[in-house]
Amino acid sequence: MQQINLELFGLFFASIFTGNILLTNYLGMCSFLGASREVKTAFGLGLAVTLVMGITTPLCWLVYYLILKPYDLYYLRFIIFIIVIAAFVQVAEICIERISEKLYHNLGIFLPLITVNCAILGACLFMEIRHYNFAQSVVYGFGSGIGWMLAVIAMAGIRQKMAKSRVPQPLAGAGIVLIIAGIMAIAFTGFSGVL
Amino acid sequence: MNGRDTGLQIFSAGIFKNNPILVQILGICSTLAVTNSLRNTLVMSIALIFVCAFSSGMVSLLRKLIPGRVRMMAEIMIISTGVILVDILLQAKMPEISKQLGPYVGLIITNCIVMGRCEAFALSNPPHLAALDGIGSGIGYSLVLIAIAFIREPLGSGTLWGFQIMPGWWQNWAIMVMAPGAFFVMAVLIWIIKSFHHGEECACSK
Repeated sequence: MQQINLELFGLFFASIFTGNILLTNYLGMCSFLGASREVKTAFGLGLAVTLVMGITTPLCWLVYYLILKPYDLYYLRFIIFIIVIAAFVQVAEICIERISEKLYHNLGIFLPLITVNCAILGACLFMEIRHYNFAQSVVYGFGSGIGWMLAVIAMAGIRQKMAKSRVPQPLAGAGIVLIIAGIMAIAFTGFSGVL
Repeated sequence: MNGRDTGLQIFSAGIFKNNPILVQILGICSTLAVTNSLRNTLVMSIALIFVCAFSSGMVSLLRKLIPGRVRMMAEIMIISTGVILVDILLQAKMPEISKQLGPYVGLIITNCIVMGRCEAFALSNPPHLAALDGIGSGIGYSLVLIAIAFIREPLGSGTLWGFQIMPGWWQNWAIMVMAPGAFFVMAVLIWIIKSFHHGEECACSK
């Protein structure tokens, strides 16, 4: 039991830091570049991504191992995963709207964007390729979401501080963000010594 | 784009003037991950060009039948179909490369370029022009990918297309194979291209 818990913790840690889905697999870059102008937006989007990723990854696990595998519909997985994600996002949006008006204003506006966020689909596909079991898929989903949120908030903070600094004109915008992301990626891989 | 644009103009706009990666900074998600080897990059590029042309053409063919409310979903379905075709073909013909590309073939579905071209161009233009636009954007995307791979592979592993090209004293830059390398190469590429385009910046953006 202890062994298993330790393994899961290792996976959790790895999915946040050393295997950060944004900085080592480059997933979710589009919304990363778009949403990292302000810490507040970054936080809202990060929260939404964590929520959706943490739930859809196990959901896709269930669909994949209980429906697709037994009926040999392996090749349909891309379409099915995307449908699961889109359907969940839709349901989540309705639920949040009913439950709390305030939460909906903070979180709800980001939800539709998430359907086409590559990080969500990416997490589901990685889960399938690496043959995670159910517990691992839960941990991996939440860990990746938190990792993504951490990266996007850190970037937003750096970009806000950078507003006053003089960046060479052609490098302003995407260029400098990519360089910062590169440096952040080095920092995050530095954690590999911990494991 | 107006009605007078010829096929050739539409085709070349995707490659140069509206290059999806460098000018519009779209779709770099699944771009960077495969660029540490030239061969994988080329396979990925061909897959993307195919999916882009296929889905643009299909969306444009069906544009009068798809109700406006569900068009996003319909587009995603069409794109996924194209990606599944590519994936099956890769697994059958090039199992090794398919394994190395891993999830990134599937991630073409969520690539903003494919979806973006469907939304922006294919929905309001006839099929043959839409397909051309898809191919043009796909090639524009691929050129950048290949350029990045062309820099990363020799610096990172001393090889090009799997052949050793760097002399014996060459020390591989491990960082080029790892994630940060792609970010740096990409940033420098954008820097260079934008410096050249600087004078005509206004004409370029959108």
